[in-house]
Amino acid sequence: MTTPSMHGGNIAIVGAAETDRIGKVPDVSMIHLHTNAARRAIADAGIDISEIDGVATAGPTAIELADMLGLRPRWADGTMLGGCSFMALVRHASAAIASGAANVVLVTHGESGRSRTGVPHYAPSPSSMGGQFEQPYGALAPYSSFTTPVLAFMASRGFTREDLAEVVVSQRLWAIPNERAQRRDPIDVAGVLAAPPVAYPFTRDMCCVVTDAGGALVLMSAERARDLPSADRAVYVLGSGEGTESVIVSQMDDLESFGPFRRGAKEAFETAGVTHDDIDHLMFYDAFAHLPLYMLEDTGFVGKGESAEFFREGHTRPGGDLPMNTQGGGLSYTHSGMYGMFAIQEAVRQLRGEAVVQVPDVHTSFVQGVGMMFGAGGSLVLSNERP
Amino acid sequence: MSQGPVPVPTPETLQFWEGTAVGELRIQRCNSCEKFYFYPRPYCPKCNSDNVEWRVVSGKGSLASYNINYRPFPMFGTEEPQVIALVELDEGVRLMTNVVGIEPVPENLPLGLRVQVAFEPRGDQFLPVFTPDTAATIAAAASALETRA
Repeated sequence: MTTPSMHGGNIAIVGAAETDRIGKVPDVSMIHLHTNAARRAIADAGIDISEIDGVATAGPTAIELADMLGLRPRWADGTMLGGCSFMALVRHASAAIASGAANVVLVTHGESGRSRTGVPHYAPSPSSMGGQFEQPYGALAPYSSFTTPVLAFMASRGFTREDLAEVVVSQRLWAIPNERAQRRDPIDVAGVLAAPPVAYPFTRDMCCVVTDAGGALVLMSAERARDLPSADRAVYVLGSGEGTESVIVSQMDDLESFGPFRRGAKEAFETAGVTHDDIDHLMFYDAFAHLPLYMLEDTGFVGKGESAEFFREGHTRPGGDLPMNTQGGGLSYTHSGMYGMFAIQEAVRQLRGEAVVQVPDVHTSFVQGVGMMFGAGGSLVLSNERP
Repeated sequence: MSQGPVPVPTPETLQFWEGTAVGELRIQRCNSCEKFYFYPRPYCPKCNSDNVEWRVVSGKGSLASYNINYRPFPMFGTEEPQVIALVELDEGVRLMTNVVGIEPVPENLPLGLRVQVAFEPRGDQFLPVFTPDTAATIAAAASALETRA
């Protein structure tokens, strides 16, 4: 017997949920943001928790997650690629299910990013590469480290701070009607530039919100999903890719382009057997306003230097022909610390036709994650149709 | 003495920090592919050769990118904005650093600005930081004037 492909729609996301509350949730500790989302995703799938035989998470160990839920899984994955861990975990879960190493996999995320409730003490190591060669200079937070390559990127393309602001403006339009979004006030380019400065060239609104939130997914084979009461809401994994680069942002191979975006997206398109023209919805991990600009170019949706104009022309806005970050993204909706799970959740909602701001006729969504600054990437092609 | 996190050397990086303590910027070079590389490792990350050596480099380079951090962490003991910069050394490696000795405003920080290393005491270590290379700046200005004349 040959192993079926992990791609091509053989694996389905059958359960998907965020925590019941997001934003400021000081009365729930981090691990129970995971379990809240997990139990909701299992209910969403319409399965019994005892059917889960694989667990995957990033942050807490898969041991802690499984044990909290009373599970004794036969497959576990704790891959840590920062915020894009969840793209990678969907990919790894798909491989495990296709190969028979697991039948029903739970993937969870939860982070008390804002309230810091029940969060393990974190202290950067002064002997790590970052501790020796970056943190002594002030690059201790994402806003002061992830932003260091951006002026070089902008200069190479003639981009301005207005171009960064335009990304924020485009995404805010999606958040305004969404009651779960953190930033909902209408804003224009001048307003973004007038916001308090954080790290030049970035102002507050060019940096993501910081929230408490969680999300979870349940995956199984498409064959098995056919028998579920929720079968008509299944979302299929068509293709995927992942990759890593440097452990410290100053050593990325090229300040103006990120290899894991280029290579991961290429593999995701190749394994999915689709082209850019087949994509009708984008989720681009936007911890900061520069990321959707890098991603549009590196994943091949536009050519080098064309991303800013793509935003200005309104393609990604409500009513545009390539809607992006349709719940408001990390910049306006939510960002707990590792945002990737929320990008996948919104892609699933759009493909199911259950989004707060629903895009008409979405069939195929492309999801691009980033993690540990410019350390890792993860790409997914998801569809509501099995090829 | 500046305040802030103090790097703790590891066996593989000790040469770097022993260098900064005596006013030398030491970077590893691969003798097989004849390229410098950074951060320190006992082999070449480009060609996997073990034939590598430490060299004292010029300490000159140019400003590749930067941010101006208006929210320094309290451990730095200052509210003065930090210029968190990426400098490309003339030998071909890139370092994160601070550009110091100037008012931290974009007008003072054109990309490509010539810079030179200085060593700033931090705890029991010396951090390589960079200042505008005044001689290079004057030479460039003089050359521009000559061209105009």
